Amino acid sequence: MIEAFFLNISLMIMLTGALVGCASSLVGTFLVLRGNSMLSDAISHSIIFGIVVVWLLTGAASGPVQIVGAAMTGVLTVFLTELLFSTRRVKYDAAIGLVFPVLFSVGVLLLNLYARDVHIDQHTVLLGEIGFVWLDTVDLAGYEIPRSLISMSVMTVVNLLFVRVLYKELKITTFDPALAAALGFAPTAIFYALLFLTSATAVAAFDAVGAVLLVAFVIVPPSAAYLLTDRLWVMLAIGMAISIASSVSGYYLAVVLDVSIGGMMAVMTGVFLGLAFLFGPRYGVIARLHRQRTEREANALRTVAIHLYSHEDGTQQHEENVARALETHLGWTARHARAVIAQGLTRNLLARQDNLLVLTPKGREHARSILEPWRN
Amino acid sequence: MLALLGDYTIQTVAMGAALLGISSGVLGCFAVLRKQSLLGDTLSHAALPGICIGFLIAGSRDIGTILAGALVTGAASALVVLLLTRMSRLKTDAALGIALSVSFAIGVVLLTHIQGGGNASQGGLDSFLFGQAAAILRGDLWIMGGVTLSALALVGLLWKEFKLVSFDPGFATSLGLPVVALEVAMTTMVALAVVVGLQMVGVVLMTAMIVAPAVAARQWTHSLGGMVTLAALFGTMAGVSGAVISATVRGLSTGPLIVLAISAIVLISLVLAPGRGLAWASLRRRRDRRRLAGRQVLSTLYGLAAEHGDQGYRAELGALDTFHGTPTRQTLQQLERRGLVAPVTHAPETTPHWELTKAGFAEARRIDDAPEGDDR
Repeated sequence: MIEAFFLNISLMIMLTGALVGCASSLVGTFLVLRGNSMLSDAISHSIIFGIVVVWLLTGAASGPVQIVGAAMTGVLTVFLTELLFSTRRVKYDAAIGLVFPVLFSVGVLLLNLYARDVHIDQHTVLLGEIGFVWLDTVDLAGYEIPRSLISMSVMTVVNLLFVRVLYKELKITTFDPALAAALGFAPTAIFYALLFLTSATAVAAFDAVGAVLLVAFVIVPPSAAYLLTDRLWVMLAIGMAISIASSVSGYYLAVVLDVSIGGMMAVMTGVFLGLAFLFGPRYGVIARLHRQRTEREANALRTVAIHLYSHEDGTQQHEENVARALETHLGWTARHARAVIAQGLTRNLLARQDNLLVLTPKGREHARSILEPWRN
Repeated sequence: MLALLGDYTIQTVAMGAALLGISSGVLGCFAVLRKQSLLGDTLSHAALPGICIGFLIAGSRDIGTILAGALVTGAASALVVLLLTRMSRLKTDAALGIALSVSFAIGVVLLTHIQGGGNASQGGLDSFLFGQAAAILRGDLWIMGGVTLSALALVGLLWKEFKLVSFDPGFATSLGLPVVALEVAMTTMVALAVVVGLQMVGVVLMTAMIVAPAVAARQWTHSLGGMVTLAALFGTMAGVSGAVISATVRGLSTGPLIVLAISAIVLISLVLAPGRGLAWASLRRRRDRRRLAGRQVLSTLYGLAAEHGDQGYRAELGALDTFHGTPTRQTLQQLERRGLVAPVTHAPETTPHWELTKAGFAEARRIDDAPEGDDR
């Protein structure tokens, strides 16, 4: 039964993808909220240098030595970027754009030079081979378990623990670093711990999805979640849910279309982001447009009600409180005026008396509540 | 070396590299000055799907169609960044990361689709990932040259406008310049630079070629014209040296070599450029610190002399050290070299003592009398 579980190739691939997504979006959430998303791009590129160097020095192709060693390069990238920025000679974004290409270049050239000895090639660097995770297995308690699955499970648990244990600290350093520093929470230390875990996740996920696709898993699900909620823990949960959904749907689509599995999973995160962008209940484009329209309609009705109210029973009533006056006096187009009147009639704010537009009691109450709010 | 220059392939490669250097150097300046360094990163990664679409349309490795595709998807990704930042609550960094990773993922999917299709001429597409200088044909140079020339012509025609929008967009708006259109034009230019460099440097590292020459050039000059010229020069130097090494040594990717060359230029510029160079700044700081220390010690000796009504008051070294809270022996020795103080003995004590010379007394008085804030 358990053996069948680990022998199910598609399940193994989807599970690995889902774990990559969960581990990445846990740390990615904080990077997105801090406005440091592009650091994940820099980190995921430059860990290649670390992976190659650690492999050449120790011969460790995976496992804790490889992950910790190579993850140090990710932290080094950020450190060098901050150092370059602190000279005040370049801006922060330019500093990012200067540092990681160097480390990445050295990594690729080392790959070129030691191509025969290194276990990865240029393709893996960028694209990963999630479809082949089941080829590289480890014997654990009698079961053949894919190596990537183990390392990603460990990373997911570590990241979960990190977020769970330091939840309060992460929250305050993310949203108010100045207050965090004043209270003695060491925001810099937490920032670097976060970056170290991002790097470690990138190294662990490297064989599965490569350098660039990882950026999608780190940034896109949390961003989509950010468009759907205002609560931090909900954002973390939605981010992980989107990662899992992307892995499963991406896998099946990739199999049907016969394309890169990792690539398709990353594309699916983009699809979910697009959906959140369009259909988000509060911050989505459609919801926002709808809100704008409703607001504009309500405002037009308010304007009409006040207009009618202020000329009610006045001497100019026959000139002012007619449909035509809305066009000539308020400068509305005939179509807009007609639409607003129709709205007013259906909402029982206005009524017609021959040619005259009059307020219903409800409409009068409406106008009064705006003009003389102290009455209620 | 001369034999190398006569080689047909080397000539082609060198010319291509020069075109790359000029276009990315010139066009990158505006991106860096407008704090859009990382947009180059997004645009270059987003070129990958365009390359694949161009290949699918042309059915072969037709460079014109491929580059046109890269330009279109690059521009589309810039549009996505704009949409995400304007119409949702996502910040620029997240929008950049999303556009970068998702469009690269789409590129990966298309790439595997093409390779799965068994198209015989698909082999060339890999070279766009890291750059393959040797794959450049003479015919490609015409297209690269054409793109470079038209981009340079655009810069020449709109020089004044670009300058104004880069440095003071608010003022440009107040003058009635079409700022949005100009910004679109400058973003398009970054996409053009990416397109020219794709074959040389590849999609992953193009970002360095946008940022690095401009940053290096900025160190040496304070005028935009000088910066653009120098950036083109640096870009060409790095491009040609990297490309020629790659074309002569088998198995080394061109992109990383060019990036390392330009990064070396950046490093030299950061450290050694006159005025803004870090080496000079540190020398200046040391000189200032020494001068300040000298003035402080002189003032102390002068104050002690005045206190005791004795121009030749002999102050003990230990007392001076304690008073300043730091060892003063070196400072005193420097002052001695300038003839302002002299070591003396003060029997029966055996510890070293110092006194002001005539010149030292005059100098100390001058410092003391100088109005507040006057350094000289």
